[in-house]
Amino acid sequence: MSEVFASPRGLIVGGLFIVLLIALIWAIVYGRKLARTEVTDLVFGNPQKALGGWHWVISGVSAILIFWLYFSWDAARAFFPNVANELCQVAKVESAVVPMRSAFPFESRLLRGTSLLSRDSTQIAQIRGRISNLDLEAEQVGSIEPLLDRLGALQVSLASPDSMAPETAAALDGIAARINELADQLDSGELSAEQVAAIATAREVDPGWGNTNKEIPIDPITERGARYAAVAAPLLEVSKEYTSIRNNSPAFLDEVAAIDADIKALIASTDSESVAQIGKDLTKVLKRIDDAVIFPPSALQPVEYALANLHEVHRDQQGSLRLIDAIALPGGRIVAGKTACTEQGSGRWLPKPSDTIRKFVGLADPTRGYKGHALLWYKQKTLAEMAGFFIPDWIADLVPGEYPRHNEAGEIGQNLKSKILNIATGNFASPSVPIPTGHIWDSMMRVLTGLFFGIVLGVPLGLFMGLSRFAKGFFDPLIELYRPVPPLAWAPLILTIFGIQDDGKIFLLFMVAFAIMVISARTGATGTQLSKIHASHSLGASRWQILRNVILPNSLPEILTGIRISIGVCWGTLVAAEMLAGTTGIGFVENVARKQNDYEIIWITIILLGLLGLLFDLVMRWVISRTIPWRGKG
Amino acid sequence: MSDLIADQVDMTFTMPSGEQVHALKDVSFTLKQGELLSVLGPSGCGKTTLLNLIAGFLRPTGGQFTLNDMEINGPGVERGMVFQQGALFEWLTVAENVDFGLRMKKANKAESARKVEEWLEIVGLQGFGNTPTYQLSGGMQQRVALARCLINDPDLILMDEPLGALDALTREKMQSLVLKIWKETGKTIMIITHSVEEALLLGERLFVMAPRPGRLHKEYHLPFAEWGLNQDLRDVKKHDDFGTVREEILTMIWDMEEEIMGKTA
Repeated sequence: MSEVFASPRGLIVGGLFIVLLIALIWAIVYGRKLARTEVTDLVFGNPQKALGGWHWVISGVSAILIFWLYFSWDAARAFFPNVANELCQVAKVESAVVPMRSAFPFESRLLRGTSLLSRDSTQIAQIRGRISNLDLEAEQVGSIEPLLDRLGALQVSLASPDSMAPETAAALDGIAARINELADQLDSGELSAEQVAAIATAREVDPGWGNTNKEIPIDPITERGARYAAVAAPLLEVSKEYTSIRNNSPAFLDEVAAIDADIKALIASTDSESVAQIGKDLTKVLKRIDDAVIFPPSALQPVEYALANLHEVHRDQQGSLRLIDAIALPGGRIVAGKTACTEQGSGRWLPKPSDTIRKFVGLADPTRGYKGHALLWYKQKTLAEMAGFFIPDWIADLVPGEYPRHNEAGEIGQNLKSKILNIATGNFASPSVPIPTGHIWDSMMRVLTGLFFGIVLGVPLGLFMGLSRFAKGFFDPLIELYRPVPPLAWAPLILTIFGIQDDGKIFLLFMVAFAIMVISARTGATGTQLSKIHASHSLGASRWQILRNVILPNSLPEILTGIRISIGVCWGTLVAAEMLAGTTGIGFVENVARKQNDYEIIWITIILLGLLGLLFDLVMRWVISRTIPWRGKG
Repeated sequence: MSDLIADQVDMTFTMPSGEQVHALKDVSFTLKQGELLSVLGPSGCGKTTLLNLIAGFLRPTGGQFTLNDMEINGPGVERGMVFQQGALFEWLTVAENVDFGLRMKKANKAESARKVEEWLEIVGLQGFGNTPTYQLSGGMQQRVALARCLINDPDLILMDEPLGALDALTREKMQSLVLKIWKETGKTIMIITHSVEEALLLGERLFVMAPRPGRLHKEYHLPFAEWGLNQDLRDVKKHDDFGTVREEILTMIWDMEEEIMGKTA
């Protein structure tokens, strides 16, 4: 346990984990104690019972964080920083023996030879059945049946120790002996001086789990790991050798060639299509028997024993490692590849909180950002630039007169028209002001711009539709036809027409907000009490005054609720739209991260989106409580 | 002359099914300036239709109303209206509600503020100017509605069951208030009510209407409103004459109701 809290990060994460555990237990104990001391009524379903209870908030938050630290293996990394490297070495051994073990009934039910024998016999029997069903001449049957008999006999011969070549038997015994040798080496736990030196070097090159860009250092950094690594490489060689052994004696090969020739002769001699098909099927069976990977069970026994022995040693030598693997690394395992060991399962897709925070600090740094764009920062922009952006150029065209032409000296004079053009295009000296920028700002501005146009155009139309039979009838089909379409279904079309930059996305969001605003304003206008309209008529209000002073404020609760819903829906749509196309925005960040399997960034964007969505909603709730306190009390 | 004259007014509604409903038939009367009229009748006799016609929300299918020698043609400020539920604008404060009519006329702000204070005092709501209306009780809301109507200085005040939704105590206080306002301002007031007692108390003249088609059935000239100005309303109600008239009208309306039920049954 000396390795515990080896790094400052380990100290922080481990300490936090312990604090959270204590908080969780305390909150539960406190909550139970409180429940005992409080007067409890016997009413089921009393909403009063749900009031208060901040200690349950603590327990809930702690539980989530503990869950995150635990399943992302961040806690495991803090408490056992070397364990991943050791498990990596163990995984190397495991993956080395997999090709051998899969031939024996360790993880499967049958010996591989047994299942091959039964399958091929079944196929031979099937072909035999087909012959009797086909209406064949006796002569043809007479030429096929012997072939089937010979194929069966050939296959069965593989299972007999007598027909096995002595070299093959020797090779199998050799494999068993080498496996036993390596098992003894693993068991003895001896390391050469070279291997011990290599551990120190590996520690220097890659000090541990998650400390460098590589997920898990592949070279062993502990003695236990080194012992596994030492047998992993030779075992891989043995595995390769084993899989290349074939049970093909000269007699077997001769018979294979003879049967092959006879099948070919059969196919050549016949016009019948069904006989030719049977010939092809016979060839397929022969090709499989030709692999010659069926051995007599007695010949395989030494290898099976050796593998079982190795497995036992392999387990014993892991010691506490197996327990740690089972308890501290839940929801997945460490897998060895050719060039690297990787975390699989929840350790992979659930990023560690400490890594996530480190990544976020990097993203939040405006000089780094993500893909050349800060997350949220500011930049200096001149007023002229903004004027050029907002004032349309054609305003200058409306000014009477002509734009100046150059004179013979090549000079260009100025007149009123050209001066206005300069202002409209932002071509003048002006002070600069800081303007927010960044992925977050871009996303927010798109939503707010789309929403702005949705409100400005949707609310008047909605009120109009609520008050006029013509408007309701005329515009209703239009809106009801496009509204139920999921916004993203429009996206390909809209992005093609308006471009993948802001215009397309803003228009898409406008469409979303517009339909919602029309419907809510319409509901608001329809819900105005007739007596209020009558009263304002009697008080001398004109139509416009009634609209402005009675119908609009009366619709305000529905309109504000509509805005609140719109923001939520727009936010969801925007991110999906940004994933489709574009070069900035939170959705863009997530899309790039997805392509690079950067799970930390993916989670950062998810959390950011959640927090910003919550922020929007809180602002709207505040606005609603401030502007329409009369809601539901009229 | 600012008299309200109803001249053979006829009102027929055509339902979407094509069915014709004769809501009012041949209604004629003259309401002189400063008179207090209450209208009573069983449900469905066209009381509210009559009021909506005078207010100008509906146009009669026959005959006409004239006020100040002008034919009534659409809603107007000279005919103020008080509704059953107050119909206040809940997004405005008490003062803003009362001020509504003046604001629509774009009247002088300081002048309006003074008038609002004055009217709030008359209806007994001084100090409530900045209160949101949804925080007021039903009786107080009706006081605001009264003030909001009266500040426009209408020639004729139409009240559509203004006290119907109030509890008995508040109702009696409000009845006194209506009488007080009638006396002090000398306005012509027309009240529609369900309550026979209220109709007797608040009717210098009283129309009892009959249904199918809606028409004026009987007219009374009553002294109780005058009495109510000087006496406690409960004393007025105890008077024998009051009891006699009440019984007479109740029997009349009861018979009408029975006739309707018999018809439909």
